[in-house]
Amino acid sequence: MASIQRERGNHDASIQAAKIMTREVRLLSTSAILGYGFPEASLRAGMDRKPDAIGVDGGSVDPGPHYLGIGKPFCSPIAIRRDLRLMLNAAVSAGIPLVIGTCGGAGGAPHLDLVASMARDIACQDGLHFKMALVHAEQDKGSLKRRVADGMVRPLAGLPALTDATIDRAERVVAMMGPEPIAAALDAGAQVVLAGRASDPASWAAVAMRAGLPPAPAWYAGKMLECGATPSIPKGHDSLFVTVRDDHVECEPVNPIRRCTPLSIANHSLHENSSPIHHIEPGGMLDTSACRFDALSDRAVRISGMRWTPADRYTVKLEGVELAGYRSICVCGTRDPLLIGRLDDFIASVRREVATKAAQFGADPDSYQLAIRTYGRDGVMAEREPFRGALGHELGFVIEVVSKQSQEMASAVLGMARTNMLHTDFPGRLCREGNMAFPFSPSDIEVGPVYRFSVYHVAELTDPTEPFPIDFESL
Amino acid sequence: MALIKDVAKVCKSKNAGPFELTIDVVFEDAATFRKVKETGVLTAALFARLYNVPEETVLFTPYDAAFAFKATFPRLVPAGDFGDTDVYGCQQHAPLLDIDLPL
Repeated sequence: MASIQRERGNHDASIQAAKIMTREVRLLSTSAILGYGFPEASLRAGMDRKPDAIGVDGGSVDPGPHYLGIGKPFCSPIAIRRDLRLMLNAAVSAGIPLVIGTCGGAGGAPHLDLVASMARDIACQDGLHFKMALVHAEQDKGSLKRRVADGMVRPLAGLPALTDATIDRAERVVAMMGPEPIAAALDAGAQVVLAGRASDPASWAAVAMRAGLPPAPAWYAGKMLECGATPSIPKGHDSLFVTVRDDHVECEPVNPIRRCTPLSIANHSLHENSSPIHHIEPGGMLDTSACRFDALSDRAVRISGMRWTPADRYTVKLEGVELAGYRSICVCGTRDPLLIGRLDDFIASVRREVATKAAQFGADPDSYQLAIRTYGRDGVMAEREPFRGALGHELGFVIEVVSKQSQEMASAVLGMARTNMLHTDFPGRLCREGNMAFPFSPSDIEVGPVYRFSVYHVAELTDPTEPFPIDFESL
Repeated sequence: MALIKDVAKVCKSKNAGPFELTIDVVFEDAATFRKVKETGVLTAALFARLYNVPEETVLFTPYDAAFAFKATFPRLVPAGDFGDTDVYGCQQHAPLLDIDLPL
């Protein structure tokens, strides 16, 4: 918030405004996610262009609720470490900040710890020295309950109001920081900022606004940089260079095989948002309705006309998950046209058999959910699948059980479902040795705990940095 | 007459958060976009019908600057809940591909 206010102050003074017109911030994003990989040549080419800061988004909510719940990243630690090592070396040798938001995929405490310990190891092994800030985003249950009691929390997406019971059941809750905590870490002299859950563009917006640039191009730049080279064609996991100035943003991929075009940039501006023109962020709304996309060359684009409307109340999103049970799955397929011809009846009789036999070993029907997903029919779109024509010559199945009781019980029910998919009789059956082809032995896979999103709310803050404590360390 | 799959440059779906699905259809240039807009085929009502959701739950926004139409509506189930078939929501665009635009 401090940097936003400073910026508004600058706007009021015409002399300052003239200075801002010549100011620019140069930013390099290595890839869409830390751990997706990027060509080393792209990092070198980007560094040759003398960025003021480099960074990468460390995560996303898109891979689903599991990773926030289990406390592990969705990219492998091996892949994360490879990217982090290259970036730390590049930033330290150039003497510029490295900023990573949503560390470890979901930005909770174990996720941030993982990336921080990697950074310490790499610094030790490669002889790097820098001041590091860890900006925490995981929320303790007591403070969440206080926010609810104070009437500072409201639901999103039609969810019910947040209650103490929901908070108690949650495995983990994070708040999605805006640029202010990251800017505070940089203000305190950190060269490397590792942040927990952050709005994807926030780390970039923090760097640009600290330099005195207005929020509109600063946030817009973040929107482009958060996905690396995704706003370019051909799409690939690679790096993007963005120059932010007072009233526009310029985007150019560093890899010569890629190009940004007005269409590729406009297309990216639609990415993962409810509205293409109103982007709600902590502290305000980025309005892209009057944006212009002008080609500067056949591979660089200038975007202008973005606007920022400060919000009356500063809010951050809360994301939380709770345990839903334990999952076991099995993959199989059929090539039998007689079975495919009476599939619905067959699956119904399998389900009846499973219900009876599972109850006999103590799996109450209310304690588990059984799905028989049919690939080749509606495995991708479920009941929204409009195609109701003839089925193909083979069908694939994923048999799935989620048990509220235990992993062991999920596997017990799954085993019963698998056996009955294999052996249940049906009228006209010729394949009397078995109905299903199983590609693997063992056929059954224990997937582990299943989480579901239970908290998706916004919390109003009086201080944008308050829920995000910062630890500093010198390496 | 022209099918969306033959005239659009982009037709894609994705999550907009864990509870909503968003679908984008992008055209090559301003002239094509304007003609498509004038047909009146791409509307909240079309998405409501194709995805079997109440029309009032569809946020439909033409985005003139990007020659694009965007529709956002609730997912069938929240991302990763039991019964979800598409955690990223990126394979829900196909029903649009064969929509006929009287261009």
